[in-house]
Amino acid sequence: MKKLARGAALAVLAGTVATACAPGTAKNTTSADKQTGTVKVWLYDEANRAPKEQVVAQAVADFKAKHAGVEVEVSYIPTDAGPRAEKMKGAFNDPSSAPDVVEFGNTDLFGYTASGGLADITSDLAGWEEGKDLPQDLKDTAVVDGKTYGLPWWLGVRALYYRTDVFTELGLSAPTTYDELKSAAEKVRAAHGDLLGIAVGGKYTFGALPFVWANGGDLAARGGSAYASAIDSAQSQAGVKQYTDLFTDAICPAQQCADLTGGKTVEAFAAGKAGMAILPNSSRSAVEAGAAKDKYAIVPLPGTAAGKIAPAFSGGNDLGVMKSTQHRGLASDFIKELASKKNQLALFDAMGNLPTLSSARAEVVQRQPWLKPFTDTIAAGTKFVPKDAAWAKIDAQNVVPTMLQKVITGKSDVAGATKEAAAAMNSSFSGK
Amino acid sequence: MPATTVTAPADRGDSPVRRAGGAPAPGRRRSGPLARIPVPLWLLLPAALVLIPLFGYPLYQLGLLSVLKFGQPQASGGVPTEFVGLSNYTDVLGDEQFWSVLGQTLAFAAFCVLATLAVGATCAVLLTRVGRWPRLMLMFGALGAWAAPAMTGSTVWMFLLDTNSGLVNEVLGTQGHNWMYDKWSAFAMVAVVVVWHSFPFVMITLYAGIQAIPDSVVEAARLDGAGTVTVFRKIMLPMLRPLLVIVVIQSVIWDFKVFTQIYVMTGGGGIAGQNLVLNVYAYQKAFVAENYSLGAAIGVLMTLILLGVTAVYVRSLRRSGEEL
Repeated sequence: MKKLARGAALAVLAGTVATACAPGTAKNTTSADKQTGTVKVWLYDEANRAPKEQVVAQAVADFKAKHAGVEVEVSYIPTDAGPRAEKMKGAFNDPSSAPDVVEFGNTDLFGYTASGGLADITSDLAGWEEGKDLPQDLKDTAVVDGKTYGLPWWLGVRALYYRTDVFTELGLSAPTTYDELKSAAEKVRAAHGDLLGIAVGGKYTFGALPFVWANGGDLAARGGSAYASAIDSAQSQAGVKQYTDLFTDAICPAQQCADLTGGKTVEAFAAGKAGMAILPNSSRSAVEAGAAKDKYAIVPLPGTAAGKIAPAFSGGNDLGVMKSTQHRGLASDFIKELASKKNQLALFDAMGNLPTLSSARAEVVQRQPWLKPFTDTIAAGTKFVPKDAAWAKIDAQNVVPTMLQKVITGKSDVAGATKEAAAAMNSSFSGK
Repeated sequence: MPATTVTAPADRGDSPVRRAGGAPAPGRRRSGPLARIPVPLWLLLPAALVLIPLFGYPLYQLGLLSVLKFGQPQASGGVPTEFVGLSNYTDVLGDEQFWSVLGQTLAFAAFCVLATLAVGATCAVLLTRVGRWPRLMLMFGALGAWAAPAMTGSTVWMFLLDTNSGLVNEVLGTQGHNWMYDKWSAFAMVAVVVVWHSFPFVMITLYAGIQAIPDSVVEAARLDGAGTVTVFRKIMLPMLRPLLVIVVIQSVIWDFKVFTQIYVMTGGGGIAGQNLVLNVYAYQKAFVAENYSLGAAIGVLMTLILLGVTAVYVRSLRRSGEEL
């Protein structure tokens, strides 16, 4: 009896197998260009959202004044890499619940484009009067195969924040080379055991990369049509060594710093628990709100030799139109509204986010002298991640943090860890 | 456990089942050609109606996905889905990390199962020995731990273990010690939380089992001169065996599939991925790296491993004459 029952169960199972269908894929919904209805917008939920909300509300009001019968529904999505990616994948997989307009980190663009999530907005931007002011190198960060998928909205570059009170007390001046930075960090911690010499993190990719770039290394190089990792080159290894050498008990103990993210280093510096930190311009509001207020200054992150600036990662966020949008024209009008000079200036005043339009940037730099180290850093030349869909995977799989953490914890040496990271990157670049 | 065939179980509910295998009770058979097959099949039908859509279909999808090349570009980017045969499996099995993660998972699960059983059983015995108020307190505390969602529990434990401001470091005077820095220390902390979450089930189940043992049986044994150890070995253990079987299988499955505690407490697998277990590894591959088909292949392998472990366990029980 048991055998028969088992056989029957198998037969039923086989039947289900035969009739069931393939894994679900998003239906290829065609976009539409309705002129009325609700435009759904997803923006990043930044740490200080209230000022951003005000700027956006004003932009929405202006937009509605120009478009009768249109509603705009703004939602704020989490900024952390994991939850944010989940949210976006959900939108790609189910176009019916996807927004029309999205804000995204400029490094996410290549993955999103490969996932078929973003609409080509090349022609929309070509006819945008104010957009003529957008520098070409910034526009290029949003281009895949000659088509533009994003509108650069604001910029963030990192520079070195340091505690003026501690530096004055110890008779130190702002470091101008890596060696000075390291020795200053050691002196700070030697004098103040409760301070980290410099807050660095094993999970802080964009804090580590400037050291790699300053030494002439890079994440990857494009050879022909495909990228190949260069993180194991001699120059890159020198940079990785410089960064990981900061994780000593005399500067930033591995026990405490190996699993810090960029955000945690902001917290540490703002709370007055670090002598230095590598933070973006957009973190200034957080520092101003913390214990380190009025006790810090900012300089460009020093390079290998005096007078040189370590190339910073050119970070920032783009605005894009979803491929599945039912309000193609309205969505494209709305991103232009949000990224108008007026709103970029308002966003800077509210958040400290650097405008992408050249004229707007020139204006705020004149108005706010504290921005100088950041604009100097930009002027010295910035770097970017590989412009390839594989980067999203490499980033999500923590290839760079794993490499750093292996060196920091002594599980591997620089050569071994970088070789391993290069292999992982290359397997992603080759489409595995 | 040694095979002890003592009289006790025969008095209990499982005797009719055993009889059904050998000499069926009269009056249950009907005549006709279909007579031999349908009755048990009909009886299985309601269960099948629930199980096939709820378990069979997802399992089928999992299996199908594991032989395709299916990532985010396939899910939403209009890139055609490709049949790749067993290449996902060869990728997984050829990945050194998979084997080290598998070893880690087995060791971690085994440790957690043993620890959960030990703590649960001890507390169950304790419950039968203490007075009303302590018993209530212990019950209440354990139920609280059981009721706490894994996510909340893990997060609260992380507050306690925090490097700079955690209570644990405060009490021990070890401020600045990162409990999650060393691989084994991190695993140990997660194991504590896993056991904390799962021992109440073992405790309550075994407590109920111990309470259900008739006093008369124990008394009779004592009259025959059995000491505490003998009573435990020859009376309690055999009578508790059916419950122990269930508790062990449950624990094995739970602890092998542990996800939340590791994911939350080690931030997705620990420093440089040192604390990955299979479920988190599969999540990283499938959802973080957007390689859904590779994740599915790991899922299939996990299912097979669990089925294997359970089958071996059930077989060894059958050999020793136990019924499930």
